[in-house]
Amino acid sequence: MNSSNTAQTEGPHAYPRAASLELRHVRKVYPGAARPAIEDLSLTVPAGEVCVLVGPSGCGKTTAMRLVNRMIELTSGEILLDGASVMERRPAELRREIGYVIQQIGLFPHQTIADNVATVPRLLGWDKQRVAARVRELLELVQLPPELAGRYPAQLSGGQRQRVGVARALAADPPLLLMDEPFGAIDPIARARLQDELLQLQARVRKTIVFVTHDIDEAIKLGDRIAILREGGVLAQYAPPDELLASPADAFVAQFVGRDRALKRLALSRVGELALLPADGTLHGATIEPDTSLRDALSLLISDGDRPLAVSNEDGGVAGLVTLDMIRAALHAEPAR
Amino acid sequence: MTALAAAQPVIPDFGRGSSCVRDNGTFCWDWVRAHWGDTLRPALVQHVALTAVAVAIGFAIAFALALLAHRRGRLTTPVVLVTGLLYTIPSLALFQLLVPFTGLSRTTAEIALVSYTLLILFRNTLAGLAGVPEEVRDAARGMGLTPRQLLWRVELPLALPAIVAGMRIATVTVISLATVAVFVVNEGLGAPIFDGLQQTFKTELIAAGALCVALALAADALLVLVQRALTPWTRVARSR
Repeated sequence: MNSSNTAQTEGPHAYPRAASLELRHVRKVYPGAARPAIEDLSLTVPAGEVCVLVGPSGCGKTTAMRLVNRMIELTSGEILLDGASVMERRPAELRREIGYVIQQIGLFPHQTIADNVATVPRLLGWDKQRVAARVRELLELVQLPPELAGRYPAQLSGGQRQRVGVARALAADPPLLLMDEPFGAIDPIARARLQDELLQLQARVRKTIVFVTHDIDEAIKLGDRIAILREGGVLAQYAPPDELLASPADAFVAQFVGRDRALKRLALSRVGELALLPADGTLHGATIEPDTSLRDALSLLISDGDRPLAVSNEDGGVAGLVTLDMIRAALHAEPAR
Repeated sequence: MTALAAAQPVIPDFGRGSSCVRDNGTFCWDWVRAHWGDTLRPALVQHVALTAVAVAIGFAIAFALALLAHRRGRLTTPVVLVTGLLYTIPSLALFQLLVPFTGLSRTTAEIALVSYTLLILFRNTLAGLAGVPEEVRDAARGMGLTPRQLLWRVELPLALPAIVAGMRIATVTVISLATVAVFVVNEGLGAPIFDGLQQTFKTELIAAGALCVALALAADALLVLVQRALTPWTRVARSR
């Protein structure tokens, strides 16, 4: 399970490292609670992948995440980080190796942005130059202007603060990142941008990420794998987004992913990925870019009569045509794994 | 020349006092100037010392109690009860109560003064610690700060404004109360005030009283400056 070279270093002061995570028969009963918050949860996240825990409130997703860095202690079971049990580590030391981002961000109001980002490197005893270089690198990584380094959190916008939160979590280049509804308190437009940025960031740093959300669309957008939990921390289905949408395991999952799951699934694929029909002078409707999603193509097709759509190529010509039948066929194809 | 001088009417000698002092004026700057060195300044210095020692000891005790109560919440109620009880004892009575044990000494004065700082300093320190946002605490723990690091690097710095606010109230209170300490020890600005009360000439009373007020204002201003220097983040312009 240990694939220590999957991660890309994002700068000279970082280490390329991602860790696998395994939950084995994890159980958590809060003192005085009638029923366990998590009954028996087993889950494996391969190194360098984004695992999204999603489910209705009270399903134990945040509890499951917080068990990993021992913010909450296990009742029984095992959690292995790169094959080693987290229970054998001292909590403070363990947490310094695991990035931690929460919805309310929790930046230190009395420290500048630079000092906030430098928190874990300083706990680890890095020297001054290395810390300063790392802070500069991280602000650039999360696309914050360097002049923000000397400001205080109160002087930043919500989106900027959330980026600082991510930079702070990545500071010591942890092999695992825990994110608890990090974009939940951000307005929808800024949230979409932060999600895109996280995907770009992940393409560069390749961390193992456990991401908690209650928003299925966010889960589909960000997850390499999605774990749908129901009450009591029961794993209803654990699968890549495409598979989850193509074949929900049961009625609960089907209801959770929504009746528009076919559309959601179409949103995952681009027309450029289809085997296009040759454009042999056939009358066609609108012209679209190859990176248009199948969902958008479908919308155009059903609103634009029965004419196929033309897909443009790089030099402005027509690469081929897309028809309604092709999109229907794509929906019935085997889910990509 | 001598004959001429002798011919002038002789100015009667009324001693060293100025006309203001001789006429028993309401307030005589001459008296203040004449007695600054031998009466007012020593009294002021003693007053500052009485106050500083009381606030320092009071803070040490209250701070330690607040840290304990911050960890173990059930300590809060008994501490508030005891310090609150101390706070309600009239100062004159408290001084007299202590005399059989510690005599007419500076120690007696300080014990009484310290006891008046405890409630304010304890409550403000505890409130400051409790006011640290939960998400800040959660993020700090999640990043691997030990409980001690959390306290000294996050909770106490964030509690500073509340702690200093408590110091300001405690300091001003002690400066005012320390005048009453003259009943057990002849030190501080209480001495010239007490002296002034016993005569018809009021300058000494007024001067010492004014010094006491000025000292309180100056101490308060100094603490405000200290707080501003220690908590730069509280003054930043908010962009949202």
